[in-house]
Amino acid sequence: MPKDHGIGASPKRREDVRFLTGAGQYTDDINVYGQTYCYFLRSDVAHGKINRIDTSDAEKMPGVVRIFTGKDFEGVGGLPCGWQVTDRFGQPMKEPGHPVLAQGKVRHVGDPIAAVVADSLEEARNAAEAIVLDIEELPAAVDMKAALGDGAPLVHDDIGSNLCYDWGFVEDNKGAVDEAIKNAAHVTTLELVNQRLVANPMEPRVAVGDYSRANDESTLYTTSQNPHVIRLLMGAFVLGIPEHKLRVVAPDVGGGFGTKIFHYAEEAFVTFAARKINRPVKWTASRSEAFMSDAHGRDHVTKIELALDKDNNFVAIRTETLANMGAYLSTFAPSVPTWLHGTLMAGNYKTPNIYVNVKAVFTNTVPVDAYRGAGRPEATFQLERVIDKAARELGVDPIALRRQNFVTEFPYQTPVAVVYDTGDYNATMNKLEEMADIKGFAARRKASEAKGKLRGFGVNCYIEACGIAPSNLVGQLGARAGLYESATVRVNATGTISVYTGSHSHGQGHETAFPQVVAEMLGIDESMIDIVHGDTSKIPMGMGTYGSRSLAVGGSAMVRATEKIINKAKKIASHLLEASEADIELKDGKFSVAGTDKSVAWGDVTLAAYVPHNYPLEDLEPGLEETAFYDPSNFTYPAGAYACEVELDPETGKVTIERFAAADDFGNIVNPMIVSGQVHGGLAQGIGQALLESCAYDENGQLLSASYMDYAMPRADDVPFYSVDHSCATPCTHNPLGVKGCGEAGAIGSPPAVINAVIDALQSGGHKVEHINMPASPQRVWAAMHG
Amino acid sequence: MYSFDVVRPATVADAIEALAQDEALPLGGGQTLIPTLKQRLSSPSVLVSLSGLAEIQGVCKTDDGKLAIGGGTKHVVVAREAAADYPALAALAGNIGDPAVRNRGTIGGSLANNDPSACYPSAVLASGATVVTNKRQIAADDYFQGMFTTALDEGEIITEVRFPIPEKAAYMKFEQPASRFALTGVFVAKYADGVRVAVTGASEGGVFRWTEAEAALSSKFSPDALAGLTVPADGMISDLHGTGAYRAHLVGVMTKRAVAAAH
Repeated sequence: MPKDHGIGASPKRREDVRFLTGAGQYTDDINVYGQTYCYFLRSDVAHGKINRIDTSDAEKMPGVVRIFTGKDFEGVGGLPCGWQVTDRFGQPMKEPGHPVLAQGKVRHVGDPIAAVVADSLEEARNAAEAIVLDIEELPAAVDMKAALGDGAPLVHDDIGSNLCYDWGFVEDNKGAVDEAIKNAAHVTTLELVNQRLVANPMEPRVAVGDYSRANDESTLYTTSQNPHVIRLLMGAFVLGIPEHKLRVVAPDVGGGFGTKIFHYAEEAFVTFAARKINRPVKWTASRSEAFMSDAHGRDHVTKIELALDKDNNFVAIRTETLANMGAYLSTFAPSVPTWLHGTLMAGNYKTPNIYVNVKAVFTNTVPVDAYRGAGRPEATFQLERVIDKAARELGVDPIALRRQNFVTEFPYQTPVAVVYDTGDYNATMNKLEEMADIKGFAARRKASEAKGKLRGFGVNCYIEACGIAPSNLVGQLGARAGLYESATVRVNATGTISVYTGSHSHGQGHETAFPQVVAEMLGIDESMIDIVHGDTSKIPMGMGTYGSRSLAVGGSAMVRATEKIINKAKKIASHLLEASEADIELKDGKFSVAGTDKSVAWGDVTLAAYVPHNYPLEDLEPGLEETAFYDPSNFTYPAGAYACEVELDPETGKVTIERFAAADDFGNIVNPMIVSGQVHGGLAQGIGQALLESCAYDENGQLLSASYMDYAMPRADDVPFYSVDHSCATPCTHNPLGVKGCGEAGAIGSPPAVINAVIDALQSGGHKVEHINMPASPQRVWAAMHG
Repeated sequence: MYSFDVVRPATVADAIEALAQDEALPLGGGQTLIPTLKQRLSSPSVLVSLSGLAEIQGVCKTDDGKLAIGGGTKHVVVAREAAADYPALAALAGNIGDPAVRNRGTIGGSLANNDPSACYPSAVLASGATVVTNKRQIAADDYFQGMFTTALDEGEIITEVRFPIPEKAAYMKFEQPASRFALTGVFVAKYADGVRVAVTGASEGGVFRWTEAEAALSSKFSPDALAGLTVPADGMISDLHGTGAYRAHLVGVMTKRAVAAAH
């Protein structure tokens, strides 16, 4: 019998009522009295020298309040980078400046040159058209390999090359890895591209800056996954506004997928400009603007080698990756191809020798940063593709080859720094084999072939590091932030509760799932609990939501704060019941004295806390409100096995997904319905990457896929009905809920399953295709079939 | 968008008069024009909305047995009301864009715009239909004059399209993955006096007739009749979603499938 409340139940998402009835309060719904509108004039060339910006005519246009250019930001800080990577030679990465508005040069299509603030958006746009620009177009660095070559155009002249860093991991393992590969019985090599993607949240970015002269306070309303991070970065590093004079509010946010983690120029601009003109300033991105100003994702070019011994045991992995940083370092960009990628290269397998080399490259393109999975999809894709290729070369079953090499004993110290606390990869694979009906595949393939189609089956495993992250560890790795989370549990006099969390919900369902945890601990009804998030003036200092961390880290903070509440409430109850505190039990929202029928209700205790007439005031403060900060001792390691079955039309190259099964181990589950929804969404994004999505630039750095006319997002009919399961749970050993995180798994685990299935289909038709780069679009598949 | 005036005349005559103003543009369903305006790529002084013209809306049979569709008729209406007489045309209309597009976009607007990837031009050309305007009748073979180019004069609007009803017909669209416009679409229509094959989405010259296929299919209306026939890749559109060679290949595949599906 499934539970109907508390942990493990699936109540419907309470926030959906407002989202689905149009009552959500998004940033663009916020309008402040006296508000002005901002329009950014953006570069239409990828690389150019700014000779002159003449705003004199534009300033005289109707409605114009003020026009800003890079000159206005001389002496103002640039956008900071939140992670410093140290290279193979012990040197810090190259960290060029990132001005709020371009200074001296423009470095990508979409780079903001000037900002017009006017009484209306149309007036701002009109004036922007009257700005006279003299920009001398320069040759652009677009292709990463070419950008590292001699004589390549320099994105940043002051750093002398386009190399941000050359990172080796683990550098001390390099010799052993080279030796193991040299002596291996078999080496499989694969070169592949993990293409650039655009996150495309449903809600484009918006920022509203407001300034109160009365108390010298600035407020920024913004589409962010982490308002405190923005307050810290923008206040301390860009604008020099002390934290107590700066409030950042991220209200309802319509999807983030990573791209709303980062601190963007537009946020700093509206906050800065509102102070300068003493009026609120609003900016709402158009979709076209989002394509050229939201940080992009992925964009790796990789060579991976997998070495096996004569018994098909994995003995070594060596990878070389070029990772695109784009024109500037976005907030967490340097960490993605390094610490979020290299540390996952062991996958689910006990490979003793691993060496990862990553060269991060500046190009004249939009900055690249974390996108759902961030580094882990790139690691998983190359590893699971090369394993499939090895199985084919060796003539062994790809599932058997994986099983043979699985890590089976935990905790497991990988050769790439991290320690897996727990897992059972055979269990998820067993479950997957059952869900995917492998036995029935031959008959399904026959049926497809009878229709003139090819059918392929692909499988892969994945592991990810979530619950980001132990602060002391990431500090050693270059993070310029702590990655704890916070929660305040405020119990009201009548027993209702507001939980103030540093996590941020932008679609994840925190407002439903978090109360389930607190309700379970207290034995009260979930409807008595509300979640408050997204406002630095309300919540304790928190690090926000990304890296599948909200429940594992934010939820743990909430548990710790609730434990403190229970401890204090028991003291109050023991006073009311005139019993020893040690004998007080809390069950079903009632405090009772063990072994007696004496009890006092939750509401009586909470009332006593705030109306302390009969209360041990000499020993205990009144009130019932507790805060906890939780810093995890390790990452969590969700893992699983995915299977995809495709049908391929050999006449057109079109691939359709016929079946998809996902067996995940997320540890304990709070709300199974929400978890399934997260997996469904992740799978759709992963399938989108595998078959549809591609952010393309031409050789001059012009963005070719700059709208939905050319950027193919997955739609409902592109994806199948999924079969998902999360019953193979090995609870996390180091957080109080035993949870691991589920937000990114689908996007990490699905691309290799799809491509493995496409290759299987092609091979079954006699096409000797070893690899196909994503997206496996019809023309690409057709071209691969025809050499 | 820039500012402009909007007028919504009730008769074709009033619409034509309104269109005579400087920098006036006709507005059909707005599926191309409105996004163009939003991007500030067009700056008309006045938009003449055709959506109030009752006389150019609807679907009916003419006395000589043709299917007549008013120029202002929305795709959703064609999908519904042409289904009995010309199912292949109705199916084409029912698969343009998404429901929002089909409830705004009109046949006249699509034909006047003549996007090289639009569906309707292939049906009109393959059917040998007649495009009727406020001042004349234009044969399909004379109407389409290349990408975004037609025989229409300034200020001339499509009031009706007359389709001879074929014995058999079908439209096969291979969708561009992002926009779902036709990457290559082929309309095949079999009449007593021969077969016509029109291809959209593929050529830099816009919709065109594949005359070799027409000849082969006129002698034998069967997918086998197309064996060995290909269109050259030269002059085919090449972009992110398909090379010219790929599109040329798809012309053959989609034609074969249209013949097989024709009913």
